[in-house]
Amino acid sequence: MRTVIALVLLLVLSGARDAILVPEVSQHEVRLRQGFTGTELLLFGAILSPEGTRAAQDYDIVVVLKGPTQAIVVREKAKVAGIWVNADSIELRSAPSYFALASTRPIDRIVDDKTAAIYELGLRWLQLSPIGAIDPEEQQRFASGLVDLNQRTGLYRQEEEGVTVSEQVLYQARIALPSRVPTGTYTAETFAITKGQVVASASSTVIVHKLGIERAIAEFADQYGFLYGLVAVALSIAMGWIAGRLFALI
Amino acid sequence: MDVYLPIANLSVNGLVIVGLGALTGLLSGMFGVGGGFLTTPLLIFYGVPPTVSAASAASQVTGASVSGMFAHYRRGGVDFQIGGVMVAGGIIGTGIGAGLFNLLTALGQIDTVINLLYVLLLGSIGSLMANESIQTLRAEKTGVRPAARKRRHHPLVASLPMRWRFYRSGLYISPLAPLILGILTGILTMLMGIGGGFVLVPAMLYILGMSANVVVGTSLFQILFVTMATTMMHAMTTRAVDIVLAGLLLLGSVTGAQLGAQFAQKASPVKLRLVLAVIVLLVALRMALGLGYQPDEIYTVAPL
Repeated sequence: MRTVIALVLLLVLSGARDAILVPEVSQHEVRLRQGFTGTELLLFGAILSPEGTRAAQDYDIVVVLKGPTQAIVVREKAKVAGIWVNADSIELRSAPSYFALASTRPIDRIVDDKTAAIYELGLRWLQLSPIGAIDPEEQQRFASGLVDLNQRTGLYRQEEEGVTVSEQVLYQARIALPSRVPTGTYTAETFAITKGQVVASASSTVIVHKLGIERAIAEFADQYGFLYGLVAVALSIAMGWIAGRLFALI
Repeated sequence: MDVYLPIANLSVNGLVIVGLGALTGLLSGMFGVGGGFLTTPLLIFYGVPPTVSAASAASQVTGASVSGMFAHYRRGGVDFQIGGVMVAGGIIGTGIGAGLFNLLTALGQIDTVINLLYVLLLGSIGSLMANESIQTLRAEKTGVRPAARKRRHHPLVASLPMRWRFYRSGLYISPLAPLILGILTGILTMLMGIGGGFVLVPAMLYILGMSANVVVGTSLFQILFVTMATTMMHAMTTRAVDIVLAGLLLLGSVTGAQLGAQFAQKASPVKLRLVLAVIVLLVALRMALGLGYQPDEIYTVAPL
């Protein structure tokens, strides 16, 4: 009976009204401090049909966690005169410093390429904004090089079955942040997709920042370079000298 | 023991870093080299960004040379006069090195240049040292004394104008020679994050012709000041000195340096030099392989 109602509702309402998406992130603040060895964020929430009934079976869920973008230069090594040196390079204005995606099914079965590109659904579709005129094939080569590099360090990840749905209403995805995660404001986006269309989306932010002594050190190093250098030098001399004295006594 | 490094932005195993420091400290105490030529590549291998590795290794070398230098100073093994000239050169060299560092970073060739420098310097100096110590060892065995060296120092050194007397080193040469040597090692320190000891010691012995008993102490004296200047330079320009990383390295290296210095007094200097030569050659070989073989990852990323 329930399926019949659902089917009827689907027929009546398909595309006409938006699904209700209630997303949440397990923590909105990630603190980088002593003992931080990476963490796991839980992106979860509920998906309901416009009437407020369970609806997850009709929708695919995609969650994306994106770090602040940065301007970078990607260099490619080539063999020149017998040794591997940096040869070609490309400048990108907006490479995400972190990018993680999880979805209920492989992206190419949820949406077509055009939609995926518009919503940046997947590492293939990152909008990197190269600087200057660059031939698309070359850009593709560098982009996949960048993705491959960052996947190795865990800064880019894509888990195409990473979203699990329970009771057709609650979805959840675990996204790992490695210890080398960059600081900044991250956006967590959730998309509900049906029949290749994004029907609902919601976003929230996660702040990744250093705290306590780590933050103090980073700020000190950044703002008072000269003093910081003096402290580093003093520390080295003091430690060397103390060790020398201690061993002279033995 | 996980430690979060606030400048390198990643967490490392603290014990591994202390152990790394102890290893290089041991070398520093035994051979009078800073040990930076091992620390920097090992840190990079461990995953610490190259600039942070070079900048923090410099302060580790400072610590190791302080305790090493005091040990030699107590035995009268430091020539402050020639050391002072070399420090002056070293500081000039650090400035030049900083300029080169920025230029090469902008060109994207800093890593290649650093690797090439490692291969060339370590390869040539390693072979020189190995050759020399093997010959001495063989001579000791057969009982035939090697022919005395014909000249004290390189003819180019003798041709430089305005000579000074350096009593402790037993030299009457132009101060320009140690000054130029200082400048060169200063550049190397800034570029490679090394103290330059493995370049300095042979150069002081074979090019300047200094007395062997003041070579190690004086080289540590020069390294001490040049690495201090390097740390300051990095703190003000690249801002890549990670004080937590440096502290961990120091903890290991100052202890290692003391143990190394005590060990050096008991061991035969010729055998010590052979061991150092082998280590230096191994590092050079590893670097050469890295340049010649296709790297695992041919892409690198740098902030714009």
